[in-house]
Amino acid sequence: MSEVEGTVISRLGQFGAGLRKFAARLPLHVIIIVIALLWMTPAFGLLVSSFRPATAIATSGWWTAFETPFKFTLDNYGTVLSQNGMARSFLNSLIISIPGTVIPVLVAGFAAFAFAWMKFRGRDVIFMFVVALLVVPVQMTLIPVLRLLTDTHLVATFPGIWLAHTAYALPFAVFLLRNFFAQLPKELLESAYLDGASNMRVFFRLILPLSVPALASLAIFQFLWVWNDLLVALVYLQDPSKSPMTVTINNLVSSFGTQWQLLTAAAFISMMLPLVIFIALQRYFVEGITAGAVKG
Amino acid sequence: MCCPRNTIAGEPVMGNPLANLLARRRNPGRARNSRRRNYVHWLWLLPTLVFIAIFLVYPVIDTFVLSFMNADSTASVGLDNYAWVFTNGAAQGSLLNNVLWLTLFTFLAVGLGVLMAVLTGRVRYESVAKAFIFIPMAISFVAAAVIWRFVYAYSPEGFTQIGLVNAAATGVGLPPIAWLVEQKLAYLGQLLPTPLHTNNFALIVVGVWMWTGFAMVIISAGLKGIPTEVVEAARVDGASEWQIFRRITLPILAPTIAVVATTLIVQALKKFDIVWVMTTGNYGTDVVATFMYKEMFSYQNFGRAGALAVILLLAIVPIMLINIRRFRSEAQNR
Repeated sequence: MSEVEGTVISRLGQFGAGLRKFAARLPLHVIIIVIALLWMTPAFGLLVSSFRPATAIATSGWWTAFETPFKFTLDNYGTVLSQNGMARSFLNSLIISIPGTVIPVLVAGFAAFAFAWMKFRGRDVIFMFVVALLVVPVQMTLIPVLRLLTDTHLVATFPGIWLAHTAYALPFAVFLLRNFFAQLPKELLESAYLDGASNMRVFFRLILPLSVPALASLAIFQFLWVWNDLLVALVYLQDPSKSPMTVTINNLVSSFGTQWQLLTAAAFISMMLPLVIFIALQRYFVEGITAGAVKG
Repeated sequence: MCCPRNTIAGEPVMGNPLANLLARRRNPGRARNSRRRNYVHWLWLLPTLVFIAIFLVYPVIDTFVLSFMNADSTASVGLDNYAWVFTNGAAQGSLLNNVLWLTLFTFLAVGLGVLMAVLTGRVRYESVAKAFIFIPMAISFVAAAVIWRFVYAYSPEGFTQIGLVNAAATGVGLPPIAWLVEQKLAYLGQLLPTPLHTNNFALIVVGVWMWTGFAMVIISAGLKGIPTEVVEAARVDGASEWQIFRRITLPILAPTIAVVATTLIVQALKKFDIVWVMTTGNYGTDVVATFMYKEMFSYQNFGRAGALAVILLLAIVPIMLINIRRFRSEAQNR
């Protein structure tokens, strides 16, 4: 009897303590959840609106979309992809971003290898000089580079913008990769050289495979940087048929500023790939983005 | 960056003296040979050096020279362009807006970042909550601008408000406001000295929305490095949560917060995309970067644009130097 009573009382006591603890932590949960929801609301509104008919968007708030009868449509996506050139722009964004990621990562990798593992006079000074160029705002280079590209007929071409993005990426990429390469185990490289491996072989067979985490973070950062870039494309790629999505959306904003059915669908198309990368490769993604913020 | 390299360090090849000896025997001149051919590193550095010489070093020098010349770079004008930046009303306005950005944007993003890092560190759904805050970092400024133009959408009083903010405002009986256009808000105007336009707030909110995730992630990583024994000891001694935060957490976090703040200040100085897509710098929202872009491409005044660029660079250099130094010492401590 008394044993059972005792258990009941102690259970009640535990429950009470749990309840009290929960009550004490309730404000914590409320603040986190409210802020997190607040953060998602603007993007959620965009997503919902992109599936609503034009008339519905223009005459009612997106939050009314959940009242019956539901009126959702895929027409906005069809229109923006076919008539406003978003399909072409999506392709252009890929054409710009993939070489705009691969080339700088490889070029930076070469330099980082030399900075990390070769001994030569002035190594640290040259390295510091390259890294110091992180301070240069892209805006400062626009006019001279535009002139150079114009003189060499590279303006408004894909190779022109690949070269520009490669150069802008290098200070940060060299900095990141050199620091990572330098931490690799020294004995491993020494034994590879003793086995008669060439620099090329050590770089491609040893350094790169061992540096996958750093390379992944850097590649994701660089890809998103180019994918999301407006300024460089706006200036060096003045050819509407080659515009990436950012430029196309910017033009849509200035010509159809209130045609929300087009703008919301277009914006969401441009966000899809980054979101997929975020969900699939969250760790590398967060590391890459946060490390890359020094670049700006 | 963290590192699963230790697994490789255990491989027998490199630790095996016999294998090393054999290797040396097989290839006797190798080590000396590679030391003698000491031009090899230049081949590895060459692509990088060529790229930065053409696209970064030369343009910086050229822009510097242009900033002392007239609009079409045909004659020297001395310091006129710089004098113009500091005396022209519109140029001063853009400088002031940058000051507003770098104080308010940095303060809010760092503050919210600390808040969310500390709070989410205490709950089990930490990663989900943090993902929600971090996601805006993934999208382009252009997409963010579309999202927020929609949030701020304005219809005249009496019409249905489809923008969230104005719907909320009219819902509680306030008049709808054209947030991106209005430079003097009746109830916010008093908060700011005259040259600062209140519609900048609307833009800064967008910047904060995008960058709080960055601040949160870095600060959260710093928090994880605080030894739990210290906090536990303080708790046993009867310290309140606020005291623990104020006296232990915050001082340990200070260097991390400094890195975040300087990074955000540089971001604020370079702000271009958000302003450009949302308002094109109109209605008094120009910042130096958008103003410079207009001087460059709308007015073709390369001298003035160059002067603005040099001023931007001079503002960034000291902050970046502090940041890089910290970054390096941090990397060494790791």
